[in-house]
Amino acid sequence: MSTTEFTLADLCRILTEAAGADGSTAISDDALDTEFEELGYDSLALMETGARIERAYGIRIAEEDLAAALTPRALIDLVNRMTAAA
Amino acid sequence: MTTTVVTGLGVIAPTGLGVDDYWKATLEGRNGIAPITKFDASGYPSSLAGQVVGFHAADHLPGRLLPQTDHMTRMALAAAQWAWDDAGLDPAQLPEFSAGVVTASSSGGYEFGERELRNLWAKGASYVSAYQSFAWFYAVNTGQISIRHQMRGPTGVLVSDQAGGADAIAHARRQIRKGARVMLAGGVDSSLCSWGWIAHLASGRVSTADDPRRAYLPFSADARGHVPGEGGALLVLEEETAARARGARIYGVVAGHAATLDPPPGSGRPSTLEAALRGALADADVHPDEVDVVFCDGAAIPELDRIEAAAINAVFGEGAVPVTVPKTMTGRLFSGAVALDAAAALLSIRDGVIPPTINATAAPDLGLDLVTETPRSLPVRIALIVARGIGGFNSALVLRAA
Repeated sequence: MSTTEFTLADLCRILTEAAGADGSTAISDDALDTEFEELGYDSLALMETGARIERAYGIRIAEEDLAAALTPRALIDLVNRMTAAA
Repeated sequence: MTTTVVTGLGVIAPTGLGVDDYWKATLEGRNGIAPITKFDASGYPSSLAGQVVGFHAADHLPGRLLPQTDHMTRMALAAAQWAWDDAGLDPAQLPEFSAGVVTASSSGGYEFGERELRNLWAKGASYVSAYQSFAWFYAVNTGQISIRHQMRGPTGVLVSDQAGGADAIAHARRQIRKGARVMLAGGVDSSLCSWGWIAHLASGRVSTADDPRRAYLPFSADARGHVPGEGGALLVLEEETAARARGARIYGVVAGHAATLDPPPGSGRPSTLEAALRGALADADVHPDEVDVVFCDGAAIPELDRIEAAAINAVFGEGAVPVTVPKTMTGRLFSGAVALDAAAALLSIRDGVIPPTINATAAPDLGLDLVTETPRSLPVRIALIVARGIGGFNSALVLRAA
């Protein structure tokens, strides 16, 4: 069981690598429940982000689980569940 | 009949970024052909290209577009912005479906594709960018431009190798006639990466000369193939009355176009290039005597040069019209070529000067009045652009003063 938690900061870093950035891409705690689409990340940006998370954390995320994680909080929780199970 | 005019130009070329730099360099006869620096080409039989220099995508595009775009798309997006700025229009401010875009494409985003294929073999499928799904694709420049500028009107992409730029401009004119308020049309291309280079060399038409001044010599006795280049241009097209009503500066009119297809190799039947030239003039209602300059295709393959010279002489009479190949300064830009020639022709009309065909010397037996080495000053009202693409594509475009 992994003890390293996947955090909002980790997500922001990987989102920037995956989808680029203009200025700061930091997602504030207030936006944890805002949908990615509203934050400006489309489905391809999230696929690319998902692939990078899989590589970095050595996990597999099912496509339907990734598609169902509509907000930063949902995706962070998903990654932490997968790493805990790994 | 609706008259379609050009009100904006966005140019990105091996000889300059933007209309002013490009045109100054073109009239100076500056050679943009040089040894390839974008990848190690030293092991290939050909190692010269017309590379765009000094273009830093991050200076021109939002950071969010960088991970998802090939080099050619980045250049196309910059040229599109410059064209809108030049026209003094922002399509996002127009009614939702009134602005469209038609680009030509020849190969798609090769450099991006090469990198992702390398990731696939070297690291595995999970390392391939999700953006590979469209970044390599033929239609990607049209798509990215339409998204960035919120152009939800008629869009499309034409794939007919180097003839494509003429076909794209003609298709945009068709859309203006059908009621589009404004269209962006042309092509910006690049496939100067090791994968793209192999594809170019496979054509058997790329010059193997090492000297940038002796490599691309259309219509010359020592023609030995062409030099590939990158870049192109995008043109803003509007219906004339609407353009005048908003006080737009008008570069010229897209007056005529025709496209033909050659018979297959080995058929024994002749090229249909002449029919394309005649068709474009007829479409423009222009008599050959009225044409002031011909911007040639300039394949620099002896057989193809003979066919083009014969078609020009059949239409105009031997040596009766000045002809030029400013491509000798940039190399052949594939889907970007005609759009760049169109920009040059419109600037010729504006300034009353024909840009030169550098390095070349017209073979006397071709019977052409080739403008070599230095520009020729004379009033230019009507220009004909000739374009051919591998696969038998012929296309001709007539531009005239407004």
